[in-house]
Amino acid sequence: MVPLSWYLILSAVLFCLGVFGFLLKRNIITIFMSIELMLNAVNLTFVAFANYWNEHATLVSDKIIPLSGQVFVFFVMVVAAAEAAVGLAIIIAVFRTRETLNVDRVNLLKL
Amino acid sequence: MTEPSLNLWVIPLLPLAGAAINGLFGRRFKNAMVSFVALFFTAASFGWAVWAVMQGLHLSLPHVETVGTWISAGNFSAPFGFYLDQLSMVMVLVVTGVGFLIHIYSVGYMAHEGGYYRFFAYLNLFMFFMLTLVLANNYLLMFVGWEGVGLASYLLIGFFFLKDSAADAGKKAFIVNRIGDFAFLIGMFLIIQHFGSLNYAVVFDKVGHLGSEAGWGLLTAIALCLMFGATGKSAQVPLYVWLPDAMEGPTPVSALIHAATMVTAGIYMIARSSSIFSRAPHALEIVAIIGCLTAIFAATIGMAQTDIKRVLAYSTVSQLGYMFLACGVAAYSAGIFHLMTHAFFKALLFLGAGSVIHALGGEQDMRRMGGLRKQIPKTFWVMTVATFAIAGFPPLAGFFSKDEILGQVFSSPHGSHVLWAIGVLTAGITSFYMFRLWFMTFFGELKLGKDLGEAHAAPVQHGSAPSHGHDDHGHGGVHESPWVMIAPLMVLALGSIVAGWAGVPAFMGGSNRFEKFLAPAITSTAQAALTATERTSEAAGQPAEEQQENPNQGWLLAGTSVGVALVGFFFAWLLYYKQPELPDRITAKIHGTYLMVLHKYYVDEGYGLLFVKPLLALSTVVFWRGVDQGVIDGLVNGAGQASQGIGNELRRMQSGNIRSYAAWVAAGGAAVLAYMIWLGVRK
Repeated sequence: MVPLSWYLILSAVLFCLGVFGFLLKRNIITIFMSIELMLNAVNLTFVAFANYWNEHATLVSDKIIPLSGQVFVFFVMVVAAAEAAVGLAIIIAVFRTRETLNVDRVNLLKL
Repeated sequence: MTEPSLNLWVIPLLPLAGAAINGLFGRRFKNAMVSFVALFFTAASFGWAVWAVMQGLHLSLPHVETVGTWISAGNFSAPFGFYLDQLSMVMVLVVTGVGFLIHIYSVGYMAHEGGYYRFFAYLNLFMFFMLTLVLANNYLLMFVGWEGVGLASYLLIGFFFLKDSAADAGKKAFIVNRIGDFAFLIGMFLIIQHFGSLNYAVVFDKVGHLGSEAGWGLLTAIALCLMFGATGKSAQVPLYVWLPDAMEGPTPVSALIHAATMVTAGIYMIARSSSIFSRAPHALEIVAIIGCLTAIFAATIGMAQTDIKRVLAYSTVSQLGYMFLACGVAAYSAGIFHLMTHAFFKALLFLGAGSVIHALGGEQDMRRMGGLRKQIPKTFWVMTVATFAIAGFPPLAGFFSKDEILGQVFSSPHGSHVLWAIGVLTAGITSFYMFRLWFMTFFGELKLGKDLGEAHAAPVQHGSAPSHGHDDHGHGGVHESPWVMIAPLMVLALGSIVAGWAGVPAFMGGSNRFEKFLAPAITSTAQAALTATERTSEAAGQPAEEQQENPNQGWLLAGTSVGVALVGFFFAWLLYYKQPELPDRITAKIHGTYLMVLHKYYVDEGYGLLFVKPLLALSTVVFWRGVDQGVIDGLVNGAGQASQGIGNELRRMQSGNIRSYAAWVAAGGAAVLAYMIWLGVRK
């Protein structure tokens, strides 16, 4: 039986990787992948907690459905898929007009 | 028994309706329609007033009617209430009666002026406010009328608003009046604070119950404030300067507002507050001195003026001084008596002067007039009546009222022989300048269009430009005025003859009915002393008011005033009829004095130097540049600049670099996380 904290540590590590990737990389696609990484780190936390609650169901009231954390992951995945569709479309549009994927050069809104 | 309602509120409201109709729709009316509306509502108001007075005489006075509550706050309340007693009866009849006559006259006088409907709308508006003033049953409603007549006066002085001098005169009248109004307001605040009400009945009752020691200072303060308010409206020293300039308005306005009615509001107010003034002997003394000073001061200025309307204006100021003097010696009814007779003959003088000006196509300078006796005989005769009336020749109105005042000044316990002597001297000067006007205008020969030598050049505002456009309608030569103008003059002339007979003094076999009639509405000083709860020994020891007048003394006083009037007549005859070249030589001899009088003792210039310039400088340097531009604008601009600066700094955060935004988000998230961990650790 793997303790809960391990999952959480792994999730935190993944999330931090995502954050640092987002902050340090210049390529928009890499940044996009970092965002996915963060989302999935959060998903991992969800399922880890859902499993934990499921094992200790007696601790909580019956009204909490033990599977709700896992169902939530599906929502996140759907939203992430939608976001990926929109995001990739934007990336393509950016590339077509600017002919670059360097995020530092996409700064037309700057004063 | 319940008293029948007289619906007093109708009296002021009728002219208001006329003003509203003419003001809102008059632009589209024909002139005849405008005249009909204005005359109808004024006549209706006069009719209602006569009816109300006839009814009122059978009721127990004062008769109070309250229409509704206007202001109610805490213990204080001010109703829309109307108050009919002997005093307001006289005032209402004078205002509506003389007002109606002047409305008729204006139909002829203003026939060829632009803004005909505007003129009558203002005139009716004036009637509304004036009637509110005299009929109000509390000081606050009176103040509404008081301010309202000021507004109407401002509008009418500046009627020819394209002319700078008229617009300036209107502003001057308004501003000078505000100074007096300020004091009136303070007086009202004092009354509210100490008596908790502004209703006449309540205030006068409470004044009557004040202990003589306790009330003295308070009542003196209130009386002085009210008096200063009255000096503004009634054109007394030191606030008289606006009235002569007010002659820029059309002549009927000068007659109605600046001679017969509005300027007497101050006298009315003092007479109305007689129970306050009678308890404040020092204030009374000051009223008498101011009145006396004004009377002689304005009369001497009147001697040197050459503009016919300005002579009459200074004469008005001087006569108002008489009324003030009468109030100041606690002879309120004598003051109101003179107010009434003065309304007749001064309105007549102004309207007659208007008729002369009309005849000469706008000429106002008396030096270009002369010999009009034959050309405009009707105007000549009514002007003669008015001139003799104001000069105080028996049996015309002015004689009785002026003699009543002088007699009271001489014999009243508040009067003094010095005041009397100045009053008599003023009567002589009055006679002199009025006959000077009479001789210069109607005798000798016409000098129309004469070029006046520079040596005599009058002060600037006397400029010979005709102040109204009678030139436009191309009458040739001198012409008598139409009947619509002459008829009111005839009625007023009749009034100037008989109005005085209401108050024939006892020593002439009369019974002074006017004073007896007014007596219940007036609180004399003796009554005031009696009603005081705490009677001091001196007050009780004072002689009763009804002391028997010595008939010989009465005849002597009357003879003296007629005598000085004759002397004035003689000098005017000598200087302006018999030897018309004499005045030039005399003025050349006393050139300095003459110039000083001609320039009205440089009072306007003095006020300019003493008040206007320092005020302007103060306003420019301190209030405009300092407070307004420095502090207020500074605060606003400072706030703007500060937010601009802060924004400029914060702008650097909006780098456009997505990763830096993300870093801020991450840092924020980390901060929240750290805080929560810290919370957990602390537990």
